[in-house]
Amino acid sequence: MKKQSMTPLVIFGLLVILLVGGLINAKYIRDVPSPLIDKPVPKFSLPTVEDQKQMFSSEELKGQVSLVNIWASWCVSCRAEHDILNYAARLGVKIYGINYKDEISDARQWLQVRGNPYVKSAHDLEGRIGIDWGVYGVPETFVIDKKGMIRYKHTGPVYRDDLDKKILPLIKELEAE
Amino acid sequence: MKHTLLMTIALILFSLVSLQVQAGPRGAPKEPIVFENTQVENDYLELSEELRCLVCQNQNLIDSNADLAGDLRREVAKMLKQGKNKEQVKDFMVDRYGDFVLYDPPFKAQTLLLWAGPFVLMFWGLFAMLKKIKSDKAENSAESLELSEQEKEKLQAILKNK
Repeated sequence: MKKQSMTPLVIFGLLVILLVGGLINAKYIRDVPSPLIDKPVPKFSLPTVEDQKQMFSSEELKGQVSLVNIWASWCVSCRAEHDILNYAARLGVKIYGINYKDEISDARQWLQVRGNPYVKSAHDLEGRIGIDWGVYGVPETFVIDKKGMIRYKHTGPVYRDDLDKKILPLIKELEAE
Repeated sequence: MKHTLLMTIALILFSLVSLQVQAGPRGAPKEPIVFENTQVENDYLELSEELRCLVCQNQNLIDSNADLAGDLRREVAKMLKQGKNKEQVKDFMVDRYGDFVLYDPPFKAQTLLLWAGPFVLMFWGLFAMLKKIKSDKAENSAESLELSEQEKEKLQAILKNK
């Protein structure tokens, strides 16, 4: 057998590896890498869902490790992760919400019916703050360190596995910093 | 029979109503975007073609009907009206969504393969093709077209049998 005749086979093999790898990773393809990692949280000050006279400002995110969760009552996958957030809150994780493009009455009803895991939720009616956070698909969850820097972004619903294997260990690590 | 028909219509109407309830994000009412300055409008149209909609990732802002695309279009229009130039608007988007938001990604270390890859493949293909042509030529000229003794005998045998 000539040496040259092996080349197509080798190329074919490499292509198979590349394409099969792509298929296996397909579920991550929608994830757009966030340029906000290791940057300070975008500044905002919005009325809270719970009380429109009260404000929630990005300054409050400094001095502690916390999660910021972007949610909405119209968002179907938010339903999937809500119990996980409730569970995390019971474990003592500080979760702040940004309620994205929602009617205040719908948002309040959601919290009443499904439980409120949030320390407080900002009411971003027009979605302007969402743009600053680079939100492109609700739900999204950010891990914020003590200095108020974004350290991790999770796009899509947080499942038990994501919480146990990624988010909780990271929180522990950041708390030691 | 009539009963079934009525039921069907009622069912369709009901599902339409519940679909309405299910519909996407709510929020501030959407005003059409109006420009007084044609230069600004042109900039807006160009940017809306160059920026990607993050929700439906194979569409640009102007093609997309996604709610977020509408918000981003309004944001682009607002910034241009405030007198910001196209580069500033692009930087704003890249700061939030990364290079991915640009349909025309910048040339840098991370995107080197993206930009150079096709050319590398093309030159590699050309090179392989030329090599092949050359070796074929060499083979043809080296191997004489005359038949060997063995082949001559074979040929004679075939002709005789005929």
